[in-house]
Amino acid sequence: MLKYILRRIVTMIPTLLVISMLVFVIIQLPPGDYLESHIAELQSQGESVDEQKIQFLREEYGLDKPVVQQYLYWVAGMLQGDFGYSFEYDLPVTEVVGDRLFLTIIISIATILFTWMIAFPIGIYSATHQYSWGDYGLSMLGFLGLATPNFLLALIMLYLANVYFGTSIGGLMDPEYIGAPWSFDKLLSILEHLWIPVVVIGTSGTAGMIRRLRANLLDELQKQYVTTGRAKGLPPGRLLFKYPLRVALNFFVADVGNLLPAVISGAEIVAVVMSLPTTGPILLSSLQSQDMYLAGSFLMFLALLTVVGVLVSDIALALLDPRIRLGGAASK
Amino acid sequence: MSEQHFVSQEPFNPHSIEALTPVQEKYYMASQWQLMWWKLRRHRLAVICGAILILNYASIMFSEVIAPYDLHTRNTDYIYSPPQSVHLFHEGEFIGPFVYGRGYELDMDILKRNYPENRDEVLPLRFFCSGDSYRFWGLFDASFHLVCPPTNGTFFLLGTDRLGRDMFSRITYGARISLTIGLVGILISFTLGIIIGGLAGYYGGWVDATVQRMIEVIRSFPELPLWMALSAVLPVNWSPLLIFFGITVILAMLDWTGLARAVRSKLLSLREEDYCAAAELMGAKPGRIIGRHLLPGFMSHLIASATLSVPAMILGETALSFLGLGLRPPVTSWGVLLNEAQNISVVALYPWLLYPMVPVILVIITFNFFGDGLRDAADPYK
Repeated sequence: MLKYILRRIVTMIPTLLVISMLVFVIIQLPPGDYLESHIAELQSQGESVDEQKIQFLREEYGLDKPVVQQYLYWVAGMLQGDFGYSFEYDLPVTEVVGDRLFLTIIISIATILFTWMIAFPIGIYSATHQYSWGDYGLSMLGFLGLATPNFLLALIMLYLANVYFGTSIGGLMDPEYIGAPWSFDKLLSILEHLWIPVVVIGTSGTAGMIRRLRANLLDELQKQYVTTGRAKGLPPGRLLFKYPLRVALNFFVADVGNLLPAVISGAEIVAVVMSLPTTGPILLSSLQSQDMYLAGSFLMFLALLTVVGVLVSDIALALLDPRIRLGGAASK
Repeated sequence: MSEQHFVSQEPFNPHSIEALTPVQEKYYMASQWQLMWWKLRRHRLAVICGAILILNYASIMFSEVIAPYDLHTRNTDYIYSPPQSVHLFHEGEFIGPFVYGRGYELDMDILKRNYPENRDEVLPLRFFCSGDSYRFWGLFDASFHLVCPPTNGTFFLLGTDRLGRDMFSRITYGARISLTIGLVGILISFTLGIIIGGLAGYYGGWVDATVQRMIEVIRSFPELPLWMALSAVLPVNWSPLLIFFGITVILAMLDWTGLARAVRSKLLSLREEDYCAAAELMGAKPGRIIGRHLLPGFMSHLIASATLSVPAMILGETALSFLGLGLRPPVTSWGVLLNEAQNISVVALYPWLLYPMVPVILVIITFNFFGDGLRDAADPYK
């Protein structure tokens, strides 16, 4: 088992390396850099430019060096925990990112739990009652969630929550708790705001999960051991929970790999609409202002989050299913 | 008593027993695509969805004619006008489709424009009429419309936006961009997927390994942030048309992975088949073997899965345009229209600006159901 985990972690490294190259190329693509556009902006406002500071920043962050060298600096820095400097915020990237990344993680985890909670019973119901009205109705509902653009749903839910529950608009807590010390009320306020993004992001992933769970469970239900069990007089409920469901459960864990990128994508755009203090809004603004280190680090973090999430789900799967940890090791 | 045996004098025709009924004959002689069509036809929902899609795509040919107003017509007297409903009966009397006339007053408390209905003024709609002039597909001038606003009246079926432009007309025009971006995008990702997946599946070995890693990396990345980053790269001074193609390419660049995987795994198993070896022995080049012998075998599957990935592209465009990173006015897509509905006050005060959401949802659901039906029908020999 330990060997399996180690091997999975080792294979993660080249993946992350390639991702870092990809990210670097993307943030380097726009012509010019932040300093150039910053200078232009200052000059157009008729302000003087502090040549020394610009020169210092340019040298400090190697903007005058060739691209390959810049990349190496960036990667080397990241390995030491130095993610560069956000020109726009005038702060080290780590300080800008910190809490926001944490909140993104919380929202993502909450969303996945929510998706599971919804998709699990519905998937089982749909599979055991195939082609019934309930099956059609619930699948239709799932499709509707899939088809509605997240950002609009967020907007509408925000409005409805404000009208019916009096939830304050935008943000992740009521304004009076921002910056306040942690208290029970603050936690309540966060919970009160958290459910909207979670539901909104969850709707898009739920449909896919229901469909995949249904298909998987249907496959299992048609196997001979189920017929045997039924012939021997096992009650339907016990038969379902004891065998086919347990097999389908493996897939449920494995599916996080499909779900996680979608959840994080959803979290980004919903956060922009709802102005949540997560990575979304800042990622957007840093991309627009070419604040390259900030944007690059965000993209890197999000990729890391996905890769680690998939790793965790793979390990959980290996714990659940001996075929994977044994079979995988034998064949490779 | 002896039994009498009757022996026919006719020469025995062995085919007389095994003869196929006309129905059977038709079935066995039918081509693969014919069989697929028959199978698809049984899937009622998929056929209906397919018909809706065809209607939608047909409508973008005649957007100018269907829309009662031109894309850019501003009705400055009717800014943020709510939708007008079409009536058939006036005081119990049948008149035909008409709208009521409307007045205008400004709510001085919240500075909101109100357009109260004037129940006395009956304004029948005009059909097959001449209205706003336009250049049909940018080719020739015309002014023929299916429906026109009544003389001295207005017809805002879905209300107007902040410049007094008719939402219904704008949605009709927006379909042109939103629907084609999915198709063009899928065309690009289809080509990429077949070429890259084909190479990986046919050659195997290190080519396959490299491609597999590449796909893994791309798939492990959350799509939207990457799309955002890539579209932030598009230069601001590009023309709207170039931006359109830029966005399409960006959407396609992350989408080919699924198709490439499907092509690869199919090719890996198919290239072991005898007919493939035979072609190889006869000296066919890899390109010919893949294109002529292997691909047609699972083209139907590929088309089905391509259909299923169109909705993701349409949603992607909508999301990017909504964030202001995608298409920009004056190009009008559903995403660009929704960009106007970005804040909460719109939902509260002018909810009709959210209408472009309806066609988005409709198209995505129909694409999903149609694709599902296609996928089920894709293998008619099962």
